[in-house]
Amino acid sequence: MDQATLRFAIQLGIIGLTFFMLINASALLVLAERKIMGFMQQRYGPYLVGPHGLLQPLADILKLLFKEELRPKGADKWLFTLAPIVSVTAAFAAFAAVPWGGETTFFGLLDTPVKLGVADVNVAVLVVFAVTSMGVYGIVLAGWSSNSKYSLLGGLRSSAQMISYELAYATALASVIMLAGSLSLRSVVDAQAGYWFGFIPRWYVFLQPLGFIIYAIAGVAETNRAPFDFPEAEQELVAGYNTEYSSVRFALFPQAEYINMTTMAAVATDLYLGGWHGIPLLDRYGLGWMFFLAKVGIILFAYIWVRWTVPRYRYDQLMQFGWKWLFPAAVLNLIATAAFILYFNA
Amino acid sequence: MPDTLLFYVFSAVAIGASLLVIGQRNPMYSIMLLITSFGALSALYIQLDAPFVAMAQIIVYAGAIMVLFLFVVMLLNAPQEDAAQWDRTHPLRRPGVSRFGAMLAALLTVQLVWALLRVTDAGAAVGGRGDVAEISSVRSVGRVLFTDYVFAFEATSVLILVAMVGAVVLAAREEKR
Repeated sequence: MDQATLRFAIQLGIIGLTFFMLINASALLVLAERKIMGFMQQRYGPYLVGPHGLLQPLADILKLLFKEELRPKGADKWLFTLAPIVSVTAAFAAFAAVPWGGETTFFGLLDTPVKLGVADVNVAVLVVFAVTSMGVYGIVLAGWSSNSKYSLLGGLRSSAQMISYELAYATALASVIMLAGSLSLRSVVDAQAGYWFGFIPRWYVFLQPLGFIIYAIAGVAETNRAPFDFPEAEQELVAGYNTEYSSVRFALFPQAEYINMTTMAAVATDLYLGGWHGIPLLDRYGLGWMFFLAKVGIILFAYIWVRWTVPRYRYDQLMQFGWKWLFPAAVLNLIATAAFILYFNA
Repeated sequence: MPDTLLFYVFSAVAIGASLLVIGQRNPMYSIMLLITSFGALSALYIQLDAPFVAMAQIIVYAGAIMVLFLFVVMLLNAPQEDAAQWDRTHPLRRPGVSRFGAMLAALLTVQLVWALLRVTDAGAAVGGRGDVAEISSVRSVGRVLFTDYVFAFEATSVLILVAMVGAVVLAAREEKR
């Protein structure tokens, strides 16, 4: 095999691996969620299927596959089918611009190193932002097309919430982009290589602690997770936007949610936690992706941890918090960062 | 070659979706088709080496403005534009208004044809001006926006702010005392 073919094959392999990992991430997160919830409530969680309940997600998916697909009589046929597809497609597509490892030649197999990640886009931050914001259509359409009041309320809440929190989210992103001077996630990560005083990694979380907190909060709201899970607040809306869904169509919504969580965690790692940088030994052998995975795992654990410890807000509190606290804080952070950059570069 | 093929595919999607936006009666479908059209347009921008414009198109139009449209249509709950209830007495549907509209449409067609005829030689001029990717990069867009066009930029921001304040004033209910 010549180099070009080999390169093409490896690139395809990386894309396939990313896709496979994302599917597994959603399955494993379902299990992790139930296990961690169990431990936090002093229960075992699922433990019967497979060792320690490891095969539980498989059983869940099989169960959902064999369920009957229902569609309410008054539902809009096309949009009802389209909604979960939009949700899950946006979730997968957003990860395409997220790099998850440095460059590697696969132990000398290739002449020139290949970059770990699906696509290296020079406006990656914007791509992720744009594609994840497409995900809201899935939820809104699901809510509207079901022709049910609970679903409609869930969809409406979701669109209002996502528009409100996207602002703070984007403003927090802008501060990091200014620091790195690039919209490419790979450049942002590479700008965080190395150490201050020889031992503190040059991660942006140390320069942007407020930005990181804002990003994390807005990220939870963007993915509709507790304590901001209003689109599906079960005490008020039965199950929110997905009330009328069943079988595989229903399964696609939580899958999209878990993939979105993974993307959010991966982007947070790239932007604030130095991506795959931080352990010199791993960096040298091109194994930084291991550290990357570990960081993403820790953020995802925190995500689940928050869900089972913090009670849900009230809807007006959510809006108050988003517009009166989070967004002004993000703007302040942006101005402070700009001043910081001007002062130290001038 | 694949570039040309992709161009035709995305153009076809954009034109087809735009035609369908006005061609069918369900406003929800219209919105979804308009988003499809925006998506195809932004793919064309990417082909023109302007990824920033492409992403701005998606974020601003498909991501923000269309969500608002969707919101309004959902709240008004108008699933059908009913043809049977066409009200001839509605001020916008009087014959004079219709004729004026037809005239505008004809004018627009003439303009479009004229522009398309000119575009063949204008394309060469753009190519001669140097690296397209460099011109459309985020850095140069930002620089031009905050130097040459700073007045237009700031004026637009003030305009939007005024519109927002107006909307809040109109929407805010009087506090009950």
